[in-house]
Amino acid sequence: MALIEVENLSVHYGTKEKLVRAVEGVSLSLDARESYGLVGESGSGKSTILRAICGLAPITAGQIRIDGQPVPTPRGRAFSRRVQMVFQDPYASLHPRHTLDRTLSEPLAIHGIGDTDARVVKALQDVGLPANFRFRYPHQLSGGQRQRVAIARALMLEPEILLLDEPTSALDASVQAETLNLLNRLRSERGLTFLMVSHDLAVIDHMCDRVLVMQHGRAVEELTRDQLASATMTTDYARTLFEASADRMLGA
Amino acid sequence: MATMIEWLRDPSPASRTQARLGQSYLAWLRMRRNPLAMVGLVIILALLFMAAFAPWVATHDPLAQNLSQRLLPPGTPGHWLGTDDFGRDIWSRIVYGSRITLYIVTLVAVTAPVLGLLIGTVAGYFGGWVDQVLMRITDIFLAFPRLILALALVAVLGPGIENAVLAIALTAWPPYARVARAETLTVRTSDYIAAVRLQGAGAGRIIWGHVMPMCLPSVIIRVTLDMAGVILIAAGLGFLGLGVQPPTPEWGLMISSGRKFLFEQWWVATMPGLAIFIVSLGFNLLGDGLRDVLDPRSSGK
Repeated sequence: MALIEVENLSVHYGTKEKLVRAVEGVSLSLDARESYGLVGESGSGKSTILRAICGLAPITAGQIRIDGQPVPTPRGRAFSRRVQMVFQDPYASLHPRHTLDRTLSEPLAIHGIGDTDARVVKALQDVGLPANFRFRYPHQLSGGQRQRVAIARALMLEPEILLLDEPTSALDASVQAETLNLLNRLRSERGLTFLMVSHDLAVIDHMCDRVLVMQHGRAVEELTRDQLASATMTTDYARTLFEASADRMLGA
Repeated sequence: MATMIEWLRDPSPASRTQARLGQSYLAWLRMRRNPLAMVGLVIILALLFMAAFAPWVATHDPLAQNLSQRLLPPGTPGHWLGTDDFGRDIWSRIVYGSRITLYIVTLVAVTAPVLGLLIGTVAGYFGGWVDQVLMRITDIFLAFPRLILALALVAVLGPGIENAVLAIALTAWPPYARVARAETLTVRTSDYIAAVRLQGAGAGRIIWGHVMPMCLPSVIIRVTLDMAGVILIAAGLGFLGLGVQPPTPEWGLMISSGRKFLFEQWWVATMPGLAIFIVSLGFNLLGDGLRDVLDPRSSGK
């Protein structure tokens, strides 16, 4: 059975006069330990799907199921122990007035998990940050280091599903590769399931087993990695998107 | 000393306390670069010193009357700021009056901003009807002129220092609520709030631990800037006879009693007026300096 199932999901914002259809009838399903990509141009609704899954965007129609169970609203604590998210901009996703220690121990405090000190130090080590960064503030870190902290925070509750919202688009190229490799390593170590959003097919190709191409809030085409590699896509839009990043994919 | 500074500036602090002290030390360095803020700080520290050591700083008993020496001009030996209409030493009365001023300022500073911060963050975080109700209440309080509302409250509650504080606090909180709400609105949609919500945090934890720290700097700045106004309202209530009661040496009250001699013995009203002016100026300068130090937009890097 699929771990995550999204069925005919629609997300609409706004009032009747001015309705924004961010996502329109999108379906997808992921097996456990799979890495699934969502790709498309800006405003194609790919991030909105992630936000709808974790309750940050309203579900207008359709259903989201995890392990066959429809997700509860509000999502609740049991949900947050299974599903966590890494946000796009590491400059905005860490509280500027909390030390890394506070940021990382907050989820433990919320869920009443003890052994805080050891877990925080281990979390820093797992994402490749030295333990003496523990009491630094976010502004004392670089963008790539911040994103590592955001990843560490998402893993504090030991979730099985990680939603990644363009986790590297705010980072420069060399740091991007490092962060992606870190994510790949953590996935194989912990058996995580990834649902990853990107506008960059090269990133998706590096990370994902399957990918859904989206445009204007609708699903265009689903591709496996092999199809992507052999460039056997059936729709024009997917082909255009592929050609835009083909040179970097071959280099990767 | 050098190792101490080294310890404070350590980019990888070893404990929570060290990290916090290090940040405070950096804030202090930023503050020290602003000479006007330092002037303000010195004035406020002098006020604190005066209040703490009033019996030693004052030259006379502030309540001791001596009718043979009434209305002596400034510069008289032994009474260098002169005496008032009961022959009481004005300098000593100003020194003891600083205690009352500080008492009022402190009580207002720990009540009004707290109430305003609470109402503002709750309104901003929840939005919807909670926001509507809380902000309309705020609007009602804002619609009254402050001094008039304070006057009405004191008139109902009866004159006295505690009632004056209560009246000032009840009229002072709405601006804090507005500031905190505006700040909350910009923070509540940010990714770090979404992240902690996603971790399963409740509204109380988010407001207290994540929203309030972001609102605090602007509220603290407003508090110091408002302190001058609080002193003036307290003095105004004293002047009108609705605050502190004679013979307590309160600055507003002293101005009020000097009014009768304003043209012949100008110093009786002017000296406490100067004290109010200097302290208000001190708080304003300090507030402006704190704005540069604490504002998250300027201290982000």
